[in-house]
Amino acid sequence: MKIQLNGVETDITDPNLASALQELGYGGAAVATAVNEAFVPASRRTTHILSDGDRVEVVAPKQGG
Amino acid sequence: MVSFYGTELASRFMLGTALYPSPAILAEAFRASGAGIATVSVRREAGGGSAGGDFWAMIKDLGVKVLPNTAGCYSVKEAVTTAQMAREIFGTPWIKLEVIGHADTLQPDPFGLVEAARILTDEGFQVFPYTTEDVVLAERLLEAGCEVLMPWGAPIGTGLGLTNPYGLRTLRAQFPDVPLVVDAGLGLPSQAAQAMEMGYDAVLLNTAVAKAGDPVRMAQGFARAIEAGRLAYEADPMEPRDMAAPSTPVLGKAFLG
Repeated sequence: MKIQLNGVETDITDPNLASALQELGYGGAAVATAVNEAFVPASRRTTHILSDGDRVEVVAPKQGG
Repeated sequence: MVSFYGTELASRFMLGTALYPSPAILAEAFRASGAGIATVSVRREAGGGSAGGDFWAMIKDLGVKVLPNTAGCYSVKEAVTTAQMAREIFGTPWIKLEVIGHADTLQPDPFGLVEAARILTDEGFQVFPYTTEDVVLAERLLEAGCEVLMPWGAPIGTGLGLTNPYGLRTLRAQFPDVPLVVDAGLGLPSQAAQAMEMGYDAVLLNTAVAKAGDPVRMAQGFARAIEAGRLAYEADPMEPRDMAAPSTPVLGKAFLG
């Protein structure tokens, strides 16, 4: 299935959010997620099932003012 | 000591982490500044990337409190979601709330700011709103649950200093018991000293240090100015007057012609 990962169309094989993050190379990284502009806490990633076309945002710590 | 939401800090200097020439200079500038709070953000991370983790490890090494921001958010929804993500990543209820209303000036959207502050306070956040010197807006933010206010000195990144000293003095006078931080627009240490002399509790800046030719020396300069300004405020400065008044005694002056 295809999702929009940080604005880029991306293929994933498993619709489970936690599995998709693993597949996409985020395993173990300090990241936070939102799906279709709504925050999905880390504790709910294992039960969150993605749908085709979902907009997934994955963010990490960055410099800021 | 300055206190934000019950956390006491020895330094009244809050410093941003963006725009430095290198991570090493950022770390050195922080150590030179003595700042107790570092502002940070969250941004998109590529799969397999380690930039975010590396940055976070470096900030943790500095041993300072982190204040995540919602920089670049133009809507309440965007700001709230960003704050929720930041809280999970950084493990702090503190959030520097920015809801921007105007792209050229980066002026806060007062209506969105109050709404987002209320939502986030209800969700257990401790909100540091990036606001203006508007007294009515300040009232609304306090009613929404904010226990700190951070009015701008000037638009972000301009280095213009305190463009509305009257407004900032009025805000200070109206809310004597609320921790107030001048956030944004400072370019020189003298401007930070001016804010502290007015009785502001702290200053927050980034660009003035990061974009200086020598960020480490500029961090030291700001640290000393902030301390000097605070000392002056605590020392109860003299009242200015229009007419000269000699400081050397007139009585006893020799008659010499």
